[in-house]
Amino acid sequence: MKQFTRFEGVVAPLDRANVDTDLIIPKQFLKSIKRSGFGVNLFDELRYLDEGQPGQDCSQRPLNPDFVLNQPRYQNAEVLLARRNFGCGSSREHAPWALEDFGLRAIIAPSFADIFYNNAFKNGLLLITLDEDTVDRLFTAVEAHDGYALDVDLQNQQITTPDGEAIGFEVDAFRKQCLLEGLDDIGITLKDQDAIREFEAGHRAQRPWLFRDQA
Amino acid sequence: MAAQTLYDKLWQQHLVTQRDDGTALIYIDRHMLHEVTSPQAFEGLRLAGRKPWRLDANLATADHNVPTTVAERAEGNKGIKDPVSLIQVETLDDNCREYDIVEFGINDPRQGIVHVVGPEQGATLPGMTVVCGDSHTATHGAFGALAHGIGTSEVEHVLATQCLLTQKMKNMQVRVEGELGTGVTAKDVVLAIIGRIGTAGGTGHAIEFAGSAIEGLSMEGRMTVCNMAIEAGARVGMIAVDDTTIDYIGNRPYSPTGEAWDAAVADWRQLVSDPGAEFDKVVTLDAADIEPQVSWGTSPEMVTGIGGQVPDPANAPDDTLATSHTRALDYMGLTPNQNITDIRLDKVFIGSCTNSRIEDLREAAAVAKGQKVADSIQLAMVVPGSGLVKQQAEEEGLDRVFTDAGFEWREPGCSMCLAMNADKLGAGEHCASTSNRNFEGRQGYGGRTHLVSPAMAAAAAIAGHFVDVRSVDVRRLPANDDNHAQKA
Ligand code: SF4
Repeated sequence: MKQFTRFEGVVAPLDRANVDTDLIIPKQFLKSIKRSGFGVNLFDELRYLDEGQPGQDCSQRPLNPDFVLNQPRYQNAEVLLARRNFGCGSSREHAPWALEDFGLRAIIAPSFADIFYNNAFKNGLLLITLDEDTVDRLFTAVEAHDGYALDVDLQNQQITTPDGEAIGFEVDAFRKQCLLEGLDDIGITLKDQDAIREFEAGHRAQRPWLFRDQA
Repeated sequence: MAAQTLYDKLWQQHLVTQRDDGTALIYIDRHMLHEVTSPQAFEGLRLAGRKPWRLDANLATADHNVPTTVAERAEGNKGIKDPVSLIQVETLDDNCREYDIVEFGINDPRQGIVHVVGPEQGATLPGMTVVCGDSHTATHGAFGALAHGIGTSEVEHVLATQCLLTQKMKNMQVRVEGELGTGVTAKDVVLAIIGRIGTAGGTGHAIEFAGSAIEGLSMEGRMTVCNMAIEAGARVGMIAVDDTTIDYIGNRPYSPTGEAWDAAVADWRQLVSDPGAEFDKVVTLDAADIEPQVSWGTSPEMVTGIGGQVPDPANAPDDTLATSHTRALDYMGLTPNQNITDIRLDKVFIGSCTNSRIEDLREAAAVAKGQKVADSIQLAMVVPGSGLVKQQAEEEGLDRVFTDAGFEWREPGCSMCLAMNADKLGAGEHCASTSNRNFEGRQGYGGRTHLVSPAMAAAAAIAGHFVDVRSVDVRRLPANDDNHAQKA
């Protein structure tokens, strides 16, 4: 995983609650056995006026001019501002892969769905949970100002608005460290392999029916 | 020791290490794999030169991409006409072969939807931790197991370490008390729960479903309820072990036998929340208030009883909800205050990991018996959850009941639940579906999904519109009239 560094990024507002993973990346794109290349199909059904197919050249497809990420002012957005329960639905990691591949690095919303939350952090995407009022205020400010950008500082757990207001956010220590250092958590877990082996032996002794390979 | 919830017990039994920062490693007993969320995980293992930690914990089957027509399935993998889908299925086959993981191949009678297959084989046992790269893994919690849906990075992590890196959730209990009315099923119960608590109602929580109405459900009904915990925002849903659980598990291929069985049963009996155990959140529903449910919108919380109406966004309690409702009605092509029974249908889908088990098929067949699918319905299909469910249904003659009534009888797989294979809705089509998600485009680009129980889906197929399955009077709406006609 890439290290997460402090950045200042344009914010795009997606004013819609319960954005589900089917909407983030529709199922036909889940057939790929790769991890990359999903960005062009991010929000496919909102972004294009036709039905997308995997492997298609998206530059030829009719764009939906009303969709926020198609508007010129949000072209290089790196921060997505969203509404409550963002990422609900399936466990498809293709959702964060698509968001990240598109160029987004952080998402701000009042709440996120659990599985999506996990998946996002594992792919270097920072999810920032702020209360509804603050999110509302940000929506108003973003829509009112062309080129509205936020400074996103994970180290100090704060975002800073163009007029200098700093807004703090919570993130758990482990996820923060993994993001900042770009750590692979399998490697970290395997440092505990003795503890896992020991646990496994005890578990097997206590509940042998859970192990099919019992002699 | 303080009174513990079922979730607390399962957590404690599997806790390998608890770190100071709140994260923990929990040991995983069963890992189910399918073709969509595993290829990148195996690729990751290969790139890092790692091997699966414990082979016998894994069980794989392809379900999302498999075709469901008899002719295509007869050709095995070659019957998969979409080359991209084919690669995905073959990749699973190759990975299972390379790493020596048990896989039920496309035409193995044991193949089916992962969440149907696990319990059917006894591969899901009480007290297990179960994971799968699929959000509906919560299904397995019906057995008093701790079952999580996980992402692909986590699939790789579990393969490599036999552990899941996670954090303890909060405890939530959803109680359904009293007796369900006739014609009201587990599906209606869970839809009513989601309607009540919302799609984020269980976020951050492990939900235990309890109360006399839940205890009264069969194992299959309990699986239907736990299956949709994720639709209420909870990664985990579970139900305490009782005689119903233990009876179901006996004599399945993967379940223990002899002395091991006795020891296991004694252990499983402990898998209940202790009296006085504390939950962070408790919600109670009265079973008698639950009618057969129909979803009208694009989120499972947009649901109402069959006697109800499509809501008017003007009456929504807040702006965000009003916007969501307006957008949903627009997408669904429905009018505020329209009667649910006036929603006309184009297709009917009976299947998915929520409702494709034998009891679901029996319920639907009981309604379809001796009837005919309405002429206005273009396609009514029944897709069993596994090859074994299909066999059993055929032994009982259910396939004939369906085909005589004009339903198509298919081969097992996810099918039109998410339309990754050829089974899809066309734009604008309304479908009565026994699946679990009515998101935009879920069952096909522009398709309109209404979530219902199997009996309600069968009744709707016969009437051509939604009807109350409890009423014998299946009324037909006047012809040549679309869903917008009521607007005028
Ligand atoms: S039946 Fe539907 S919800 Fe269930 S695993 Fe398959 S695609 Fe997912």
